Amino acid sequence: MRRALAIAAKDLRLRIRDRSAFVIGFLVPFGLAGIFSLTLADVDDGEGFSTTFAIVDLDGGHLATGFGELLASLDFVELEDAASVADAERLAEEGGIDAAFVLPEGFSDGVSAGRGGEIRIIADPRSDIGGLVARSLARSFASDLDAVQLSVATAIASGAPAEDAAALAELASATPAAVTLNRDTAESQVLSATTFSAIGMAVFFVFFTVEFGVRSLLEEREQGTLARLLVAPLEPAWVIAGKVAAGFLVGVVSMSALVLATSAFLNADWGDPVGVALMVLFGVAAAVALMALIATLAKSPQQAAGYASFVTVVLGLFGGTFFPISQASFLGTLTLLAPQAWMMRGFQDLAAGGTVADIAPSLIALAIFTIVTGSIAVARSRMLIGR
Amino acid sequence: MTSPGSAADGTRERVLEATGLRKAFGDRLAVDDVGFHISVGETYGLLGPNGAGKTTTISMVCGLLERDAGEVTVDGRAVDTRTTQAREAIGYVPQELAIYPDLTGRENLRFFGRLYALAGDDLDRRVDEVLEIVDLADRANDRTGEYSGGMKRRLNIGLGLLNRPKLLVLDEPTVGVDPQSRNAILGSVERFREQGLAVLYTTHYMEEAERLCDRVGVIDEGRLMAEGTRRELVAMVGEQDRVSLQATGDLAAAEAAVRALEPVVGVSRREEGLDLVVRAARTALPQILTTVAEAGADVSTVEVTEPNLEAVFLHLTGKALRD
Repeated sequence: MRRALAIAAKDLRLRIRDRSAFVIGFLVPFGLAGIFSLTLADVDDGEGFSTTFAIVDLDGGHLATGFGELLASLDFVELEDAASVADAERLAEEGGIDAAFVLPEGFSDGVSAGRGGEIRIIADPRSDIGGLVARSLARSFASDLDAVQLSVATAIASGAPAEDAAALAELASATPAAVTLNRDTAESQVLSATTFSAIGMAVFFVFFTVEFGVRSLLEEREQGTLARLLVAPLEPAWVIAGKVAAGFLVGVVSMSALVLATSAFLNADWGDPVGVALMVLFGVAAAVALMALIATLAKSPQQAAGYASFVTVVLGLFGGTFFPISQASFLGTLTLLAPQAWMMRGFQDLAAGGTVADIAPSLIALAIFTIVTGSIAVARSRMLIGR
Repeated sequence: MTSPGSAADGTRERVLEATGLRKAFGDRLAVDDVGFHISVGETYGLLGPNGAGKTTTISMVCGLLERDAGEVTVDGRAVDTRTTQAREAIGYVPQELAIYPDLTGRENLRFFGRLYALAGDDLDRRVDEVLEIVDLADRANDRTGEYSGGMKRRLNIGLGLLNRPKLLVLDEPTVGVDPQSRNAILGSVERFREQGLAVLYTTHYMEEAERLCDRVGVIDEGRLMAEGTRRELVAMVGEQDRVSLQATGDLAAAEAAVRALEPVVGVSRREEGLDLVVRAARTALPQILTTVAEAGADVSTVEVTEPNLEAVFLHLTGKALRD
């Protein structure tokens, strides 16, 4: 154990002298978080995200009214009047609204009768985020309607009179969902631009930060010091443990410093400190495991750096570190394979006021990811050092 | 070359015993049935060209490489890739400069010292001792990236001495070294032997093997072709010198005349003179020169070449050492 610590201490000393860990692990993500928060300041007035929508209600039915009531109930949504589609298009063009929802004539009847319906969205092309939120809200509403329709169809198929469809629909819509995901409410997803940028940059760059550490096994092999380590009377597992410990420690220190610095200087709100600490530990562990696995697939430190950069950028994008990825899409489901997605999810839950209990799914997912990739990495590392 | 009372007589305690070492990489047999032993105060050389199997052999000796067959014991303890005990007695100096350029010389030594369970005053003392041995005490606190090539080589060797090993394994320690540093390294190895260290020294430089080693194993294509003291190896070629005569005149008559001489084992004639293989050439030389002159040839130059390890390698493998 003391020998593993000696290896970890040596690696840490080398990383500190190299200064790259400081640059990649702190300076660059902190700087980018600051720049992004300034760039996105137009959607962040310091009191949280807000957007302006209009509803063109050509239907006048109960569902259209319900949708209007839903939008009115959201704190971050301001509603403008639009009497017609032309009116909504003019408002969007002039920047008076971020998006408008058009509910066509017969929408409520069509949906209630099982024929379906369509909500059209007119978005201000200059307001990407407003359009995204509008689509997300419409999709969420449509999902709820699908569930009601399915319930009614099931009831009728089971013998309920077809003429009672409207009453059944009302009953189904009043029934609480069996599973309620807080994240499906757009409000919980909306963080200040500063907080989102701080989280995104910290998550994105921690993979680069720990990669420096775990790649050092290849560097040791290339410069000949690995042979000298392996001739010393210590178990090869301690060599790997020392390397992993160094990478993990650098990652934890880097992320912790970013949490503190972005809180102090950029006013980022990371949320519950205990939850954040857990997310940092579990997230860094997953990052170390993934980067260690990638390092074992490479033949040289240079190749490992190339692989790691590619994987980190791709998974960082998929994981939503630069911009939110909708979880409702197929792509969104795929992103859950990326540890970055679970880290973003957990940190965002905390920043939106969540507790440790709320981030349990993220912690479990990261732990599973760490165990699976870490086990493969350790097995491959032993092959790498010929043991 | 054997030093008086050296291990060559087999009476000293054996530090390393290696028998039947075998290692294949895929279809290529890198080392095949190699065995040797080294005793206290003995320097054993593995002499062979690049790719002969020297590094693979010492990798198995040090427990760095899993072997396919064979046994290795160091200081009476079995060596393999899984057990760590025997490695406490091994000091290893790899061919590469296995040091950290961003650490100082002292930090390099302290780090590797900790891996050998040295700590506290004992670690400090040993680090200072090694810095003195390799003559780097005055540059101990400089980063090794700023060292000259020779200084790095010396530190590389010093790291192998940290754990006060019983067996010091040096893998071609003079490759790429300037003559001055090379001489300093060879001098150090001679001192290690005097201090009672068992040294395993691999090289493809015949001169180094002749200067340093009590016994030499000639290795080629993974096989130990021959082993012994320099004298024993040279005797395999036969104690015969090569005499080259530059001469003019009646070379045919001269060839016939010297062939009849008892010390002359063989004669070949060329356009510019004669080449002779002669037993004890230095004593036979006056008789040879007289005979050639009496046969009607005028000798302008004479060159006598005593057999060396280069000749031994040539004799055993049919190729030059540096091929």
